[in-house]
Amino acid sequence: MKRRVVVTGLGALTPLGNSLNETWEAAVAGTSGVGPITKFDSSAYKTRIAAEVKNFDPLQYVSKQEVRRYDDFILYALAAAEMALADAQLVVGSEFAERTGVIIGSAIGGLATLEEEYQNLLNAGPRKISPFAVPAILANLASGHVSIRFGAKGPINCAVTACAAGTSAIGDAYKTIAHGDADVMITGGTEAAVTQLAVGGFGSMRALSVRNEEPQRASRPFDKDRDGFIIGEGCGIMILEELSFALNRGARIYAELAGYGCTSDAFHMAAPPPGHEGAARSMRVAIKDAGLNLEDIDYINAHGTSTPLNDLYETQAIKSLFGEHAKKLMVSSTKSMTGHMLGATGGVEAIFAVKALHEKIIPPTINLGHPGEECDLDYVPNVARHQAISTAMSNTFGFGGVNAVLVFKKFNETC
Amino acid sequence: MTLEEKVINIIVEQLDVTKEECVLEASFIDDLGADSLDIVELLMEMEEAFGIEIADEELEKIATIQDVVDFLKQKGVQ
Repeated sequence: MKRRVVVTGLGALTPLGNSLNETWEAAVAGTSGVGPITKFDSSAYKTRIAAEVKNFDPLQYVSKQEVRRYDDFILYALAAAEMALADAQLVVGSEFAERTGVIIGSAIGGLATLEEEYQNLLNAGPRKISPFAVPAILANLASGHVSIRFGAKGPINCAVTACAAGTSAIGDAYKTIAHGDADVMITGGTEAAVTQLAVGGFGSMRALSVRNEEPQRASRPFDKDRDGFIIGEGCGIMILEELSFALNRGARIYAELAGYGCTSDAFHMAAPPPGHEGAARSMRVAIKDAGLNLEDIDYINAHGTSTPLNDLYETQAIKSLFGEHAKKLMVSSTKSMTGHMLGATGGVEAIFAVKALHEKIIPPTINLGHPGEECDLDYVPNVARHQAISTAMSNTFGFGGVNAVLVFKKFNETC
Repeated sequence: MTLEEKVINIIVEQLDVTKEECVLEASFIDDLGADSLDIVELLMEMEEAFGIEIADEELEKIATIQDVVDFLKQKGVQ
């Protein structure tokens, strides 16, 4: 029988705030984190807005030397992991260090460092490439540095499943505990890709919103005037524990992570197929894994990117899977506020799902004035809803045809 | 500022150590907590600051602050 896994700590650093509480309060208030790009001169780009992390002081968490050497996606992970462990009131002790693991996902890793170092190479030749370039670029170095900092000696990995990376990481961490390979996992997603190549590259794919004059209204999932996603950045980390381990140390339990589903579209490198059957199937697999029925699902934190195709096909997938129950479900996209944090999105949105359960508040989909054609679910438009729920799901889908879904449920010791 | 002071200022900045720790006979690895990557980065900063080039075989001979100062003097840096 699989072991039960509970969520005991949360840490977040997002375009909405530099802590879990700031982020959650801003989300409940329906605040947009989108603004003009400050990380590079974007004047030549079609899209000149993004959801950046603001006023983050890494020196609160690491030394000056580390700030210089690590890419932001690593710094974000170190900060969010420290916050999550503090929130869990957990210090990794020597007696369970080998039973504590780390899986933090990232879609791209240290893209800003790669761009800078390549510029160094072009300008001054190979001798000017920093010896710290490669370890700042590698996507698994967020997990690596977190394991080093906090002394976690158990299983370590990194999910790089594009925009599903954070969810894949948490799903794999859940399985690692359920299977008995670890008792504690530090997991989530991190990304810092508001860079020239990412903004330019996604722009060439016509995937980004060009609503440059109205940044705070640009990310508008499920709205008829949606015109693409907004690149966001940040990190969401959660502490997962095996149930008896958490109970024995008297941990506060936010929720149970009850199920994980992962499927592949086997269709196209970037686009979902009409109806998004693979997404529906990943939701079905996750709900079955959680031992729940379709009617038990109360809330879905949607992938809801604000692209024309995703929001329509995700809606179709939810309707095809849930049938009549789809009308009773609450479905919201917090990307309307955070932008699309790529590999970090799964980490942050899993946290939103857990907080919705724990706080009995459903964060809204902002900028939803006129739902698009066929977008007829209850998207919790514009205003957060105070409502107690028993289950919350988090959907994320990534390039390569990845569909990853987590199911959280209210913690009940007996079932 | 003397050459020694200039060198020590760079070391303090790069290795996140104090001036007091930077006695001339201090070993980068044993006394200043540096690893091989730290030393490569540090010497790249020296190259930049003093407009010189340090070949790999020269780099391998450098273990202490005094070694850096001697090397720079030998290269004609004042």
